[in-house]
Amino acid sequence: MNTLHTVNKSPFERNSLSSCLRLAAAESSILLFEDGIYAALQGTEFSETIQTALATHSIYVLVPDLQARGMSLEQVIAGVQAVDYAGFVDLTTTHYPIQAWL
Amino acid sequence: MGVTKKLLYLNRKAPHGTIYAQEALEVVLIGSAFEQDISLAFVDDGVYQLKKQQDTKATGMKNFSPTYRALDDYDVNKLYVEQESLAARGLSAEDLIVPVQVLSSAELAALMATQDVVFSF
Repeated sequence: MNTLHTVNKSPFERNSLSSCLRLAAAESSILLFEDGIYAALQGTEFSETIQTALATHSIYVLVPDLQARGMSLEQVIAGVQAVDYAGFVDLTTTHYPIQAWL
Repeated sequence: MGVTKKLLYLNRKAPHGTIYAQEALEVVLIGSAFEQDISLAFVDDGVYQLKKQQDTKATGMKNFSPTYRALDDYDVNKLYVEQESLAARGLSAEDLIVPVQVLSSAELAALMATQDVVFSF
């Protein structure tokens, strides 16, 4: 099974996402949740980074955390896949190990 | 009568990942009772605090963003947002829940230099 990387920090405030992308093996998956969702949005200084990473990783974003922050699915970068809490659980069962980038 | 001071609350954190934003808002509301010259600045991820349409229902967290609209009732109406922080995040003043004055970094620096106290959150 492939690794699931989880990123819950804003890319503007911490380097969690940058380190994750630098060190994550190709084909591993990345879930953006909590303040990590800000990386999933179009039109930011990090949008291009995510677009590039989509070539080698499946990237997911947790929808309840998007909504809590006033963001909608329409603003998410094309190719980033939306998941709800049940989808989050599914990802944890279809990936191993799970690595949290705090 | 006490002396009126110029107080600036500097908000630099995203709203829900940490408690800073909500605590800052509480402090501003309580502090408004002391009739000081209050300003709020939103910089870096702090601009996300003012994003419209926050809906926390599915997360079970409190949505405190409507409270920013009540600040005017407490005579807190000097709200400043840094243009560079908005631009980095693909946001504009129209995305925000309250009317604000958008300032450049240089303009915000000048405003900060006029304050008696700056509170960081």
